[in-house]
Amino acid sequence: MHEVSIAENIIEIIEREADKNNSYKILRVKLLLGEFTSIVKDALLFALDILKTDTKANDAFFEIEQIKLKTACFSCGEISEMNNELNFNCAKCNGVMTIIEGKELEIEYIDLD
Amino acid sequence: MHVVDIHSKILEENNKLANENWRIFKEHAIFAVNLMSAPGAGKTSLLEQTIIKLKHIYNISVIEGDLQTSIDADRIRQLDVSSVQIITGSVCHLDARMIQNTINKIPLAETELLFIENVGNLVCPAEFYLGEDLKVMVFSVVEGEEKPIKYPFMFHEADAVILNKIDLIEYSGIELYTLVDNVFKINPAVEIFPVSCRNGDGIIEWTNWLRSKVKFF
Repeated sequence: MHEVSIAENIIEIIEREADKNNSYKILRVKLLLGEFTSIVKDALLFALDILKTDTKANDAFFEIEQIKLKTACFSCGEISEMNNELNFNCAKCNGVMTIIEGKELEIEYIDLD
Repeated sequence: MHVVDIHSKILEENNKLANENWRIFKEHAIFAVNLMSAPGAGKTSLLEQTIIKLKHIYNISVIEGDLQTSIDADRIRQLDVSSVQIITGSVCHLDARMIQNTINKIPLAETELLFIENVGNLVCPAEFYLGEDLKVMVFSVVEGEEKPIKYPFMFHEADAVILNKIDLIEYSGIELYTLVDNVFKINPAVEIFPVSCRNGDGIIEWTNWLRSKVKFF
């Protein structure tokens, strides 16, 4: 819902990393986006496409890998990949499930010229 | 052409500031509560009822977050409690930087219990840690029994969910059992408090639980 400010954050971080590595051009950016965040992939790509203009990422290609929601049970350790129906109660022992994957909002790596 | 591993969490800057906020709160022995909900669910009303019950026990301060106006901060000030308004303009949530910029406007030395009333929004506030000790969500029963599974993020992050406007349940068209069931699907360990800010039902149970959670480090 605020993909623009997230995109601004991303541009800021990658430009800083490019500076640290004495590079003027970012070729590619790999992002990880968990499906249990409120950020929509297409909206983020759209915002990045606009905000990258006249930055070191002007010609960069942004790749977003979506991470599926995965949970583990506190009590019995059962791991579950949640598909359509969200339920944080363990199907095996009715314990409480915790999120182990799916909340990522990260820059994994950048490819510099 | 070379690849640089970054592994940078994008919200790291916000979390860093939030941790600084938390440290400042602890240095001043302040327990902070982040109050979140959709617009109109009753955050300010709940805050009023909570303050009435607790202001003789704790020194309370409030930070209010809204897109526009200081209406909520003014309401709180009527109760003789220190209140500061953050106007976000068009930003749909409070973030740690906004809290940090406001922190010196509250009476830190005197404050024991701090309520941060977030911007009315059922989605974004859940993503931004502010430095609080507790996340409390207000949900009014007239919003519908399917909302927890349609808008899971905030329900999942909450330590407690207040089911407000319980006095309207017979007009709401919802089954309370189904709503509670849906909340527990998303957050099995959450505390649920049905309340009516209008007639006071359930407020004591909520404030008793809050008191059991308040800790000064």
